[in-house]
Amino acid sequence: MQDYLDDLESRSIYILREAYNRIKPLGMLWSIGKDSTALLWLIRKAFFGRIPFPMIQLDTQMELPEVYEFRDMLIKKWGFEFHAEMCPPEEEMDQTLPPATRAASRKTQGLKNLITRDKYKGIIVGIRRDEQAMRAKERVFSPRSFDGAWDYKDQPAEFWDQYKTEFPEGTHVRIHPILHWREIDIWRYTLRENIPYVPLYLAKNGLRYRSLGEKNITTPIQSNASTLEEIIAELETTKASERAGRTMDHDSEDSFERLRRSGYM
Amino acid sequence: MSDQAQKLGVVIVGHVDHGKSTLIGRLLHDTGSFMEGKLEELKAVCARRNVEFEWSFLLDAFQAERDQAITIDTTQIWFKTKKRNYVIIDAPGHREFLKNMVSGAAFADAAILVVDAKEGVREQTKRHAYLLHLLGLQQITVVINKMDMVGYAEERFKELSKEITAYLKGIGVTPHSIIPIAARHGDNIAHKADKAMPWFKGLTLLETLDVFEPIAAPVDRPLRFPVQDVYRYDEIRYIAGRVEAGKIRKGDVLTFSPSNRTAKVVSIEKWGSKHDILSAQAGESIGVTLDQPIFVARGDIASLSDKAPVLVNAFRANVFWLGKKPLKVGSHYKIKLSTYEATVTVQSIDRVISTDDLSRVEKDSVDINEMAEITFHSRELLALDPYQENAKLGRIVIVENHDVVGGGIISSEGLHDMRHVLHRTQDNLHAVDHLLAPAARAVRNGHRGAVIWLTGLSGAGKSTLAMRVEHALFSRGIQTYVLDGDNVRKGLCSDLSFTAEARTENIRRVGEVAALMADAGLVAITAFISPFRSDRRRARDAGGQAFHEIYVKADLQTCEKRDPKGLYKKARKGEIKEFTGISSPYEPPEAPELVVDTTTHGIDACVEMITEYIIKTIRGDLRQNVSSLAGKVSA
Repeated sequence: MQDYLDDLESRSIYILREAYNRIKPLGMLWSIGKDSTALLWLIRKAFFGRIPFPMIQLDTQMELPEVYEFRDMLIKKWGFEFHAEMCPPEEEMDQTLPPATRAASRKTQGLKNLITRDKYKGIIVGIRRDEQAMRAKERVFSPRSFDGAWDYKDQPAEFWDQYKTEFPEGTHVRIHPILHWREIDIWRYTLRENIPYVPLYLAKNGLRYRSLGEKNITTPIQSNASTLEEIIAELETTKASERAGRTMDHDSEDSFERLRRSGYM
Repeated sequence: MSDQAQKLGVVIVGHVDHGKSTLIGRLLHDTGSFMEGKLEELKAVCARRNVEFEWSFLLDAFQAERDQAITIDTTQIWFKTKKRNYVIIDAPGHREFLKNMVSGAAFADAAILVVDAKEGVREQTKRHAYLLHLLGLQQITVVINKMDMVGYAEERFKELSKEITAYLKGIGVTPHSIIPIAARHGDNIAHKADKAMPWFKGLTLLETLDVFEPIAAPVDRPLRFPVQDVYRYDEIRYIAGRVEAGKIRKGDVLTFSPSNRTAKVVSIEKWGSKHDILSAQAGESIGVTLDQPIFVARGDIASLSDKAPVLVNAFRANVFWLGKKPLKVGSHYKIKLSTYEATVTVQSIDRVISTDDLSRVEKDSVDINEMAEITFHSRELLALDPYQENAKLGRIVIVENHDVVGGGIISSEGLHDMRHVLHRTQDNLHAVDHLLAPAARAVRNGHRGAVIWLTGLSGAGKSTLAMRVEHALFSRGIQTYVLDGDNVRKGLCSDLSFTAEARTENIRRVGEVAALMADAGLVAITAFISPFRSDRRRARDAGGQAFHEIYVKADLQTCEKRDPKGLYKKARKGEIKEFTGISSPYEPPEAPELVVDTTTHGIDACVEMITEYIIKTIRGDLRQNVSSLAGKVSA
């Protein structure tokens, strides 16, 4: 009997196999957070234990130490191709952006550098529709222009599990295999499948991280959820939004939109 | 746990400004689904901009949308009732955004069609309703919104109900219900509007949604397992894909279409599974290993042999067109059918549907946002199902220049299953058992049929020899005919250009026609340069035993000196591109049945050699055949 997590999983596997068959070369942005680590697990499911393309971290060297620790542990444990892409410093960013948004845009630039240099045609990203209103508008296969820009007003038609897999030269596609998952689904799946995760998500002294970003632009939330079961119970009743602890989302009403249009994840 | 229950996808459609976004905002509010941060964020924005808060602002996440006050793209929004989870797919009302509406509506289990009580049924109301029907949505409820603007009048509600019911009936849709609402005030959404509309006795919108069911995976249909990819890891070959219909079991004998090859399922694979998997059903992404190393590739459809999909090279589809360039008769498109991709030609536009009054419009093209019945033709055999029998294999998307430009659902009308043709080819060994076996024709004609395939450079003498040999054979009572560029290009291949692809197709057709002629008992002589081994190999495959390759040999120098049509001269000047021997290669036969060298032998000698070879081949051993066949034929 298929339960709803099986359905979510099967759909993600289908998308990953489409991407691997149609788009080459392919890479995945692994942020080391709960979503992209669950996605990494789904990749192993899709390819019978293999991870057939590289995992890339857009590294600002501003992640919390526990994140780096977890990263190195998992690479060793699962053994996959990994590359840390160093992002350019904040001084090089658009100075008209609000401060936290500017810090976040370092990753956008790091990604552009990566794609220009390594000529990736497809980049797998673990974003979800329920995270943020902008992301709710995403396609599963989302084409980007040469400079990474996202034209959300003219997106390709996407229906019946048929995705846009052909592109003119100079463009690439973002692939979003867990777009249809919710935050609570990720945790239920992580619990069921026993997927490793960064311990910072669990509450310590009444605080936990609900969403992990760089240490300069992320704050923990008040919570006593110190096990996955408790996190799930918390999410069943919460009305606070997931990215409440991400300061860049709240700089101004359109800062996340500006980030995404110019190529942010 | 209620939160674990299946979620229901609901698409909200209707004419622009009939209140879809307000309805969604209200639904979220009345189900307590507002994220705390979100409401504050929006109220802060409104305060800053000095505008009154509107429910629809919730959806207008983009700056651009707030400016234009229309919903640009499909948004998905979650809420839950006591019964289960919902995801709302907000589809924009503007006509040019049909593409986004389809992208959203295709994921829905049920639909809400919003009609403005004051404005009534408008053009997009009808268009969207028709599209819901085309997308196969069965669970539809109609809400008559803004009842407050018509004084909550029962008369107006009845009048509109009648109008919309009549239209929906015309397209074969029966709505589950029609509900009078006022989204702005929450009337009949979560709460019964007993005060405002005491005359309404039906269910509220939320009660109605709770009655609908998620579309179940087609587990009870015949097995369809389209191959998505084939992986080889550690010497194991995994056939990867998702079961789209029915069930697959360990030990099943699978038939792969269109190749018609079969193999048995040795194992069903899912990484991390702790036990042996005995079966998998519709909706599961799996891998399969087989007992035979048969060739399997992406796009093949595995089924059980007694319930295989049809194999066709023509089909009719109900199409919605999203392309900026109109669809035209004779145009070629790429289609995607499950994991298979094929090139199809538009054979005819049978009907363009006016969604306004559902009348038939006579047109020879289909413009953007129009819907039509189209007959497509393909070169290769396509494995598919009518949409009514199996949605997943009964629909196509149409691709032009990297973009999806349309979608269509396949009609059950006019599907001619060609699978038996494959069977017959494979059963060729038993051809003698057929009533009219080739040998029977041979007895009547006094010779067998044959394909005499002349190949060689331009100027080697193929056409001259072909005509002379035809004459020689005819005079000896042999049924014969020459196929050459002149008579083939006039009709059979008049649609073909001279590109590399078209030349290959030209040779393929000649090979097929020659094979048919040989099957009918004729000696078909072909005179084409046919420079590529792969093309000739295909002709040999078509002709089978009856095929004889004759290499008309002459060196390039001699041919260029002869130059009967002046073609070499033009080619040297660059006026003809890709001319065999000059700017394109000639691949000589590796094992022809006969070689005649026209540089060392005169034309008469060559005619003699070929004629002698043919007669020996088509008449040799015929007497034995005659005596063994005589009994059968007369009996």
